[in-house]
Amino acid sequence: MSSVYSEPSPAAPTSRHTLAVIVDNEPGVLARIAGLFSGRGYNIESLTVSETEHEKHLSRITIVTTGTEAEIEQIKAQLARLVPVHRVRDLSDEGPAIERELVLLKVVGQGDQRVEALRLAQAFGARTLDATLSSFIFEFTGALEDVERFIGIMADCGLVEVSRTGVAAMSRGAEAM
Amino acid sequence: MSKTKSETVSETANETMSGAEMVVRALQDQGVEHLFGYPGGAVLPIYDALFHQDTVRHILVRHEQAAVHAAEGYARSSGKVGCVLVTSGPGATNAVTGLTDALMDSIPVVCITGQVPTQLIGSDAFQEADTVGITRHCTKHNYLVKRIEDLPRVLHEAFYVASHGRPGPVVIDIPKDIQFAKGAYARPTDNQHKTYRPVVSGDIERIRAAVALMASAKRPIFYTGGGVINSGPEAARLLRELVRLTGFPITSTLMGLGAYPASDQQFLGMLGMHGTYEANHAMHDCDVMINIGARFDDRITGRIDAFSPGSRKIHIDIDPSSINKNVKADIGIVGDCAHVLEDMLRLWKGLPQDVEKPSLKGWWGKIAGWRARNCLAYRPSDTVIKPQYALERLQALTEGRDTYITTEVGQHQMWAAQFLKFDEPNRWMTSGGLGTMGYGLPAAIGAQIAHPEALVIDVAGEASILMNMQEMSTALQHRLPIKVFILNNEYMGMVRQWQELLHGGRYSESYSHSLPDFVKLAEAYGGVGIRCDNPADLDAAILEMIDTPRPVIFDCIVDKMENCFPMIPSGKAHNEMILGDAAEDIGAIIDEKGKALV
Repeated sequence: MSSVYSEPSPAAPTSRHTLAVIVDNEPGVLARIAGLFSGRGYNIESLTVSETEHEKHLSRITIVTTGTEAEIEQIKAQLARLVPVHRVRDLSDEGPAIERELVLLKVVGQGDQRVEALRLAQAFGARTLDATLSSFIFEFTGALEDVERFIGIMADCGLVEVSRTGVAAMSRGAEAM
Repeated sequence: MSKTKSETVSETANETMSGAEMVVRALQDQGVEHLFGYPGGAVLPIYDALFHQDTVRHILVRHEQAAVHAAEGYARSSGKVGCVLVTSGPGATNAVTGLTDALMDSIPVVCITGQVPTQLIGSDAFQEADTVGITRHCTKHNYLVKRIEDLPRVLHEAFYVASHGRPGPVVIDIPKDIQFAKGAYARPTDNQHKTYRPVVSGDIERIRAAVALMASAKRPIFYTGGGVINSGPEAARLLRELVRLTGFPITSTLMGLGAYPASDQQFLGMLGMHGTYEANHAMHDCDVMINIGARFDDRITGRIDAFSPGSRKIHIDIDPSSINKNVKADIGIVGDCAHVLEDMLRLWKGLPQDVEKPSLKGWWGKIAGWRARNCLAYRPSDTVIKPQYALERLQALTEGRDTYITTEVGQHQMWAAQFLKFDEPNRWMTSGGLGTMGYGLPAAIGAQIAHPEALVIDVAGEASILMNMQEMSTALQHRLPIKVFILNNEYMGMVRQWQELLHGGRYSESYSHSLPDFVKLAEAYGGVGIRCDNPADLDAAILEMIDTPRPVIFDCIVDKMENCFPMIPSGKAHNEMILGDAAEDIGAIIDEKGKALV
């Protein structure tokens, strides 16, 4: 609804959608998708991409975006009309999808703070990938809320660096995309 | 299936050739007869391959932007794909405006750009630009070919993508080493892209629902656009049949003029910002709107929350993203206009005869009232040429001739849309979506190349024409007897009109200072110049222009302060449009919010 004449309608509620997009893994395809979002003023909260079918050169792009119902419909239609896009599926349409994110955290500290960091990481079920006398690197995989919660807690335990993968998602049930 | 495939392979398996030769061969196999371009370092091998053949005729332009506009004019007037060949770097960046224009107006164009050799890409080499990066946003699709094995497929795929679904421009960027490399050529196949299959047939249940809604309409209107033209002559034929059969009124966007005959009684004229009073009021008051191949552009809708408030809307478009983009459709039908119109027509004819359809008499009566307002009326003069009068005379004196019209952008463009009457599709080429000044002259060149015997006229303004004036040289070189009909008011007229309406008449930089003498300029290029400033001499001067079998620049000196009406002011609804005779102080009509809009 981005006509120059449209009044911004604060009444229209926005919601968060996770889209799975199957594309030809050709040069520039990610730039095409990212450019579509920036050029048309849509939000991207998270974007992950990797080749998923090597012999067919197909990649799966997972996009988390927020918008009104009309905006989400536009985003899907705009994505679907790109030439290298095979399929677009709104995973949020079919009930809550399975969504996971992997995060790496570097925590620096001494003494009690260091012990506390390790204890909390264990309580969250995080893996310890690297340890020195003054630092840890933890790996944590989980739903978005859990990732946020884990990062929040580690912030008080000497967190100095975070690397997140973005969301990987899939719809529930037997049906494949 | 596999048999034909193996036959194709054996037929072409031993055809080894260079990348440059593949380009030319693919153009030939795609039936390309004309190519608009400009040579340079990174496309020299392709120009060499062109030198060795004479099936593809190259039209040398004087600026790459003009090459794309010429290809657009060629495509729009012929229904074929327009083809462009330019070099790397500035060749490609100069083409960007043309590509964007073709994207906005959905014109099929294949543009081949040279690129620096693959090993130099990324090194800031001479005349290197990231062409696929730059043109990603202004093409329907683009390719950088880095392996000779991919080149034949990409070349054919580009034509397929440009012309299927919603048409648009496609760029193929070919590094110079790929042009020299040798490889096996493959001929085009039927389905040239492995997955891209635009839907052409509409959902029959939705079409059925649409026809039922139309049958119950008391105040219906057809609102048709460029999609009907793009769909082809069959779509225009089916549209005419459906409109006549239903007896509904019809209006058209700027892009769709000619799909339905302007001279027909059921045609209400163009709608939108400078559309007719009757078309816009009918759009506002209708109860069922049938949008065929138009996109609810902001020039059409005016204030969107006041747009046709009481109507149920049927929207037919080949591009699913057009439906519900600006205006919510009650029945959205994705499909090609000709296919959907054919189904609609069949279902309309099959409606039960005993069910009484509402009478449209009252609706036509209302429309007659709006028509009686005579919204295109202007104050005539016998001392100064009114621009509207000039176009009325141009219309009258070209009637019955095989005429193609292009325009530049501005007041003259809107007057041309209002006063010239198009009874056939593909006769009217104008930059609608992008609004590109400088479009008309190169587009006229393209149209004249496609129709060598026709009368091709670029209706221009004195400011726009200077943006691609160099193309007079192209017209002379290729003996194209195009006519440039300049409505010269010594202003960027539409800019001046908006400054008058919105900025207190402070004409900041909108005066056309230091204009060339257009008659001498025409002569300098080797063409013919005609000037007219007297209404009494106008007919003879126009006839002289028409009868001159060479390129002509006609400098028509018109009323300097005339404004283009009717007009829907910014931020206003269709039923709030202003007419010329009521336009004493329209600065006061537009509120603060409206002033911020374009």
